[in-house]
Amino acid sequence: MLASSPRLRATLLRVAQSIPVVIGVVIISFLLTRALPGDPAVYFAGVAADTASIEQTRVAMGLDKPLLQQFFIYVGDLSRGDLGQSLSSGRPVAADLAKRLPASLELTLSALILAILIAVPLGVLAATRPGTWVDHLCRVVVTAGVSLPTFFTGILLIYIFYYVLGIAPSPLGRLDFVYLDPDHFTGFYLIDAALMGDWETWRGAAKQLILPATTLALFTLAPIARMTRAAMLTALSSDFIRTARAAGLSNRTILYCYAFRNALLPVVTTLGMVFSFALGANVLVEKVFAWPGIGSYAVEALVVSDYAAVQGFVLAMALLFVALNLVIDLLYTAIDPRIGFSSK
Amino acid sequence: MNTMLSVKDLAVSFQTRRGEVDAVRGISFEVAKGEILGIVGESGSGKSVTSYALMRILDAGGVIKAGEATYSGIDLRRAAERDMRDIRGREISMIFQNPRAALNPIRKVGHQIEDVLRHHARATRYDARAKAIAALEAVKINDAEARYDAYPFELSGGMCQRIVCAIALACDPRLLIADEPTTGLDITTQKAVMDLVRDLIREREMSSILITHDLGLAAQYCDRILVMKDGVIVEQGDPVQIFSDPQHPYSRKLVDATPRAGETVRSLLPPDERGDELTPKVSDQPILEVRDLTKTYAGKSGPVHAVKGISFTINQGQCVGLVGESGCGKSTTSEILVRLMDATSGQVIFDGDDIARVPARSFAKDTRRADIQMVFQDATDSLNPRHTARQTISEPLRRLARMRGAKLAARIEELAVLVGLPLPLLDRFPHQLSGGQKARVGIARAIALDPKFLILDEPTAALDVSIQAVVLNLLVDLRAKLGLSYLFVSHDLHVVRLLCDHVIVMKDGEIVEQGAAETVMSNPQSDYTKALLAAAPKPPQRRNIS
Repeated sequence: MLASSPRLRATLLRVAQSIPVVIGVVIISFLLTRALPGDPAVYFAGVAADTASIEQTRVAMGLDKPLLQQFFIYVGDLSRGDLGQSLSSGRPVAADLAKRLPASLELTLSALILAILIAVPLGVLAATRPGTWVDHLCRVVVTAGVSLPTFFTGILLIYIFYYVLGIAPSPLGRLDFVYLDPDHFTGFYLIDAALMGDWETWRGAAKQLILPATTLALFTLAPIARMTRAAMLTALSSDFIRTARAAGLSNRTILYCYAFRNALLPVVTTLGMVFSFALGANVLVEKVFAWPGIGSYAVEALVVSDYAAVQGFVLAMALLFVALNLVIDLLYTAIDPRIGFSSK
Repeated sequence: MNTMLSVKDLAVSFQTRRGEVDAVRGISFEVAKGEILGIVGESGSGKSVTSYALMRILDAGGVIKAGEATYSGIDLRRAAERDMRDIRGREISMIFQNPRAALNPIRKVGHQIEDVLRHHARATRYDARAKAIAALEAVKINDAEARYDAYPFELSGGMCQRIVCAIALACDPRLLIADEPTTGLDITTQKAVMDLVRDLIREREMSSILITHDLGLAAQYCDRILVMKDGVIVEQGDPVQIFSDPQHPYSRKLVDATPRAGETVRSLLPPDERGDELTPKVSDQPILEVRDLTKTYAGKSGPVHAVKGISFTINQGQCVGLVGESGCGKSTTSEILVRLMDATSGQVIFDGDDIARVPARSFAKDTRRADIQMVFQDATDSLNPRHTARQTISEPLRRLARMRGAKLAARIEELAVLVGLPLPLLDRFPHQLSGGQKARVGIARAIALDPKFLILDEPTAALDVSIQAVVLNLLVDLRAKLGLSYLFVSHDLHVVRLLCDHVIVMKDGEIVEQGAAETVMSNPQSDYTKALLAAAPKPPQRRNIS
């Protein structure tokens, strides 16, 4: 029955392919944190600890056991959803992540949506009017976007909109202290506030979000705009566009139905890549805007050799990437009917 | 005469980085109601540009510089873009070469037909599907209902060209421009598509312009022919008259170069370039024996038998033609023989040894690597774009013969002279060479190591006919001079007849017929060979065979 639809089979195959990746991710996240420099036992035993108390801490943390045994304990904990205890925050890592991951995702996704909304139309316009002012604008934005580091744009935006103009709220976290955090449904403040119908809080959260999201969007829209322009140019010069023109189709149909849908394929690929490196670039933006996200959490944990937290972070990010790649591939299957036939 | 389209002094030029290039330089012609006009010319003659200019779909930078083009009283040059959009598809429509690329790859073919129907208000949302299916049936697509939902990649090349025809004819245009509609299609498919187009044109009393590089094809299907060269019309007239008594030297050259029955390879060249034909020495000793060769690929739906136990022999000095349509296994066979692919079973006995036993992976280190070489189909794609002609030719010499320095340079120049490549061109890159020059580089590379056996995989398929004539003659001369044996893979029966002593006809991985070239061509035994011969365009015979 599965064989009846090659596309369904390709989809299921693709989903199945992510399972070994997840297993690999678990192993690597474990090994990577063990390979970190610094001895957590020394650190957590305290400054005044002697050899005996360090050893005591080591035993307490289970670090004296063989690596393989430590791994099985880790996997066992993992299967119960236990990512261990963060030694620096003193809370379970899973709880920390659940609180901070949505903050990062909310920031990244809003930035990405903003970037797509600007970059894709810009790229399409630049491709349809090569050599005009739109094309030049596209080029300037792209160059500026890739060459300005995020911490610089972030500080510049804070300077202009908060310090000089005073129209932005203070860049301190996700919500000004006058508001109460919305109830936790998804962890996305905008969504949670909207679900509660608390539009006051929603506006407050949105205000806080605008500057960091813009900072990140400026950085991410460059590759999207560039790829859209290139893909559209390729699509517009293909033979089937000539056929469509010779058949008298309107410019709109040719542009959207024929060229744009074909140009989407490389754009979607770029989106996946952009999303991954936007998550990485997050760290600096989160620091600048005091955003309580997963990036700043990981950096702090790394500095103090809080291996459970680092391990949890690496695992969460890796799973996120696996899921992201899966979504991109499935999007591909949805856009391109050739997939599932040409690939084995 | 009831004129439908009249073109006067049309001139088209392109703005390029190197200044203005005149593609069409003042041409005038008329198309009458119900007439099929052929425009014949080689690449760069401006024949396609002419048709794009009429439709006003020139690529960026192209402009109509001067002249008039009038279609049924409408000034095509000055009509508003909005009016042109109504004319395109409804009054004048086009079909293109490379049908697979001419269709939107990710849109169902039925929807692509609907787009045109609905744009020209020939269908509403409710009856579009039915009308699209009717349009598919009009181009004789079986099971049109099911094909409606197909994507171009699920269809064969011939089927795609029918879809392109369906799109072009959906709105009942009065003039159909066909730009090389059958280039790249198999010969039987070519005939089917051309017959279909001709029948539909006659049935609907349309007019048509057939643009082609194939004089034979034009002669067979057109009422009148224009011969174009470098943007001007050098001759026009009745096809039979052009073939029997071409007036302009260029059309004479084209007529000469068109391969057909009753010619020799030398007579493809202009009379003053013919020279004496060299007689190759053919011995009875086999150089290559193929015994029960099979090749099976693992396909998605079970094994694919590409080659199903074929056997044949090539004697020393012989030229054997391997003919068949796409998917017949001729490329697989040649790749196995040149030892780039391993056979599933069977023997390839070369000079007394079974070389099929040496895996393709390690054959590059085999001493016989130099003896078996190949000339590839596409002269452009088979050359490294970043290597000069000299580097390309030196590659086998350096790698296999370990030649260096002055000896290498001397050998390269010797080869260039042998294949007729002017020495100054040796330091050019492929994109700076013409099609014929690139073919010469490919041949020089193949013969660099003095091979005994050459596999020629459609070496002239991408070349203009006049260049093809020169390259074919070069191959004939090289065979005689160097005592080479050839396996000439081709779909063009006329060319095979000119070049080969022996012909093998393949279909679906099997040999359906083989024998002496003249016998197979003039007295074919199998139905498939008969069908192939029947499908080949038959240019009119020349009255005075010189």
